[in-house]
Amino acid sequence: MPAIGPVEAARIPTPVVRHRLDGERVLRGALLTGFALFLWLFVGYPLLQVLWRSLLDNEGQFIGVANYVRYVRTPAIAASITNSLWVSTAAMVLTVTLAFVYAYALTRTRMPWRGFFRVVAMLPIFAPSLVHGIAFVYVFGNNGILTRQTGLNVGIYGAKGIIFAETFYCFPHALLILVAALSAADARLYDAAAALGASRLRTFLTVTLPGVKYGLMSACFVVFTLVITDFGIPKVIGGKMSVMATEIYNQVIGQQNFTMGATVSVVLLIPAAIAFAVDRLVQRRQYSLVTSAAQPLAPGRSRLARALLFVYCATIAAAIVGVYGVIGVTSLVARWPYSFAFTLKHYRFDTIGGYTPLLNSLEVAALTAVAGTVLAFVGAYLVEKCRTIASGPLYVASILPVAIPGMVLGLAYIFTFNAPGSPLNRLYGTLALLVLSNLVHYFTVPFLTATTSLRQMDAEFESVGASMGVPFWKTFWRVTVPIALPSIVGIGMYFFLNAMVTLSAAVFLVAPGTELAAVAVLLMDDAGDTAQAAAMSVLIIGSGLLVRLGFWWLLRGITRRTQAWTATPSEG
Amino acid sequence: MTAHRSPAVALERIAKKFGHVVALRDASLAVAEGEFVCFLGPSGCGKTTLLRIIAGLERQNVGVVRMAGRDVSHLPPSERNYGIVFQSYALFPNLTVARNIAYGLEARRKSRHEIDGRVAELLDLVHLRAHTQRYPAQLSGGEQQRVALARALAPSPALLLLDEPLSALDARVRLALRQEIKALQRRLGITTIMVTHDQEESLTMADRIVVMNHGVIEQIGTPVDIYTEPRSRFVAGFVGHMNFLSVVADARPGWSRLGALALRHRAAPPVPAGTPVTLGIRPEEIIVGSGARDAENRIVGRVAGLQFLGAFTRLRLDLGDSAPPLECDLAMGALAEVGAKEGVELPLALRADALRVFRDPTPPAASDA
Ligand SMILES: Nc1ncnc2c1ncn2[C@@H]1O[C@H](COP(=O)(O)OP(=O)(O)OP(=O)(O)O)[C@@H](O)[C@H]1O
Ligand SMILES: [Mg+2]
Repeated sequence: MPAIGPVEAARIPTPVVRHRLDGERVLRGALLTGFALFLWLFVGYPLLQVLWRSLLDNEGQFIGVANYVRYVRTPAIAASITNSLWVSTAAMVLTVTLAFVYAYALTRTRMPWRGFFRVVAMLPIFAPSLVHGIAFVYVFGNNGILTRQTGLNVGIYGAKGIIFAETFYCFPHALLILVAALSAADARLYDAAAALGASRLRTFLTVTLPGVKYGLMSACFVVFTLVITDFGIPKVIGGKMSVMATEIYNQVIGQQNFTMGATVSVVLLIPAAIAFAVDRLVQRRQYSLVTSAAQPLAPGRSRLARALLFVYCATIAAAIVGVYGVIGVTSLVARWPYSFAFTLKHYRFDTIGGYTPLLNSLEVAALTAVAGTVLAFVGAYLVEKCRTIASGPLYVASILPVAIPGMVLGLAYIFTFNAPGSPLNRLYGTLALLVLSNLVHYFTVPFLTATTSLRQMDAEFESVGASMGVPFWKTFWRVTVPIALPSIVGIGMYFFLNAMVTLSAAVFLVAPGTELAAVAVLLMDDAGDTAQAAAMSVLIIGSGLLVRLGFWWLLRGITRRTQAWTATPSEG
Repeated sequence: MTAHRSPAVALERIAKKFGHVVALRDASLAVAEGEFVCFLGPSGCGKTTLLRIIAGLERQNVGVVRMAGRDVSHLPPSERNYGIVFQSYALFPNLTVARNIAYGLEARRKSRHEIDGRVAELLDLVHLRAHTQRYPAQLSGGEQQRVALARALAPSPALLLLDEPLSALDARVRLALRQEIKALQRRLGITTIMVTHDQEESLTMADRIVVMNHGVIEQIGTPVDIYTEPRSRFVAGFVGHMNFLSVVADARPGWSRLGALALRHRAAPPVPAGTPVTLGIRPEEIIVGSGARDAENRIVGRVAGLQFLGAFTRLRLDLGDSAPPLECDLAMGALAEVGAKEGVELPLALRADALRVFRDPTPPAASDA
């Protein structure tokens, strides 16, 4: 018989026989269009606005790359690039090194208190980044307790402070990745190394490190991106040192120079985008490395190493607890570090008019959690299960937001939603816009989580439903959603916790009446109301922890209910 | 019921490509009502694609799908009235066996009572009464398979589509379920199309087999037809075992030459003398021992190997350097009778009526025969 190839294929017409339009196809098309429209309106279009504005002067005249030339030629502004790269690299090396040893101790030894150490290390996730900077100021700053008590001023304002505070802030993010990478180790490799008579050091260098190579790289990218895009810490502890994120703020809020803000934003997009792209490539390769036949490793048991690692973990855990202890104490005493009389007066928030910011934050976080979960899951479903020519572009557009720094997103939204004469203006200064910016800012991770959980499901659920005349939305609701419920709950929590602590995009988008708690911390700290800033931080952390507990309880209930489906087949 | 009804499923010149990959070419087929048809072919030949086109889960580039005479090419899956079982079963893990089976019924606005009745009926049909409230993960592979079958049958579809329903099961369960599915299909009289790459499965279950290769339907026929009258070398080799001998056509019609040896074969359209053709004979059709002495097409083979296969033994017989070794099946009794041992030379006869002639496919242009 003849060979089948492109020549044969050419004889078959390309258009396929169309199915009649029915309600299901119309709905699917409408949902896809809606999702695409959302991504265009809140991701694509605003980004293009930033790009465009960086090519204009403040009168709106097109001036090409003149802004960029001015950026690199003005030493005071240009320094922000090198400063950003330097502190991000330093914080990255420090954080990943510290977190790697910590993760190693948690996963490869049977040392006591491992659970406790793991929980404590996660604490920084519940606080806005700037809280870590503030805590450092309270201890090492000009009026810090250490400086007061010893008269020794370590000069915390500047690179030093930024790097150390960022290390605290980024520690749990690096730890999560490294723990996962180290847990996936294959015991057979270690057995082989031992059988070949390899020394401990050799085993570590030839087996352990290569095994977690991709995890290490991933952790590096994540930390680097977190630091270079962070605004809160450099703002409160950076002193005279300007980094790109604070430079955007200075240009926009300080000097009303929107085009220079846009220019710095575009430059800030580059390292974030590179880190993102390389990380995606690395992760793709990692999949081929993990085989399902890998044997879990039984943790080793050298006593001296265990003791040393225990001391190490205890020190780090104590430091983290110390940070939150300082914040807590500051909020509860009359005047840190001069008068330690107990008081609750800072929790009245007189200067900012009470609890409105906190309530706003809770409302925004709850709405973000609900809307974000729906959007991420439905979006992933549409991209994954309704295969069309749009699937590829929609997927790319959905994972793009993670590469957009918060400051850039905030500025983009100013351009988009605060443009004279635009119908989109009605959103400006509303809580809705804050919710939307959170949705976009934190969209990628939930979207990928949902995609993964959808890919793990049988590809034919919808086909089975369709064959029996059950519309796809019914199968979605009765089968897909219940199976993915654990992921869905996780997605909701992720959105909530991030929305509670986010500062960068919000700082451009809050308006009178829509202040958020994290922004209030920044403003009160700026105004010298340190104790009230601390009190607000405590409330943010507290509500985050409470919600985390709630989610944990919810998840436990779900797991208990779904245990029956996941049981192994019974005998006979 | 009238005698002349339109076929339950009719495919007219279906073609399908994925990018540059041609999955199907010019596939036409009619399935009668109540018939059990198997799509058989090697991996990647387009069986699943053809089944999914019938189901409306894939859309063809060209061609018409008819069901009971009606053109359904433009109908979405939900309006084609069939039940389907996938290789993975695709049971809903979060629903009990009963809810899985009821899934298609609930969409049809039936009363709770009606649904429960129908579910019970189906549970009896597939012998799963005891497992009503279990979840799929709590069932064995074979039981899951039966739930999938019951779920597909619950809305009483006119057509049952099965995509390799047995391939995920171990050998013994597979044999039992073959019988069970076949019996069920007979009892319900439901038109069924099953995809498989297992020739034994298709021979034992199907009323008719559709043999496919490289996106083309090679032959359609009853199992006996396909086995005894394979139309191409591919079909002959894919369904059952067949020995092939490369020969050239002789000047006498009905004869060919294997080196110096003249062989008479089945009647076939004459070809010019000297044309290379292939002769095929099944291992069990070769006569061995005394029976071969005064038969025609006699040759001598040296036993080069014996493979014990239970009910019979497969001999490998060397014919010298003029031809590849022949495989020949002998029952236990016959084996002792002819005294087959390694190294022994045995007289053989290739029955002329068993020697099928295949035109060699060498020149690609001449394949439309
Ligand atoms: N969605 C798709 N996209 C691209 N190519 C496809 C797609 N589905 C099938 N093909 C190709 O079409 C051809 C026929 O595939 P099909 O699944 O129908 O084969 P099959 O006979 O069912 O094989 P198997 O026995 O392995 O299931 C194959 O070459 C396959 O790679
Ligand atoms: Mg297949």
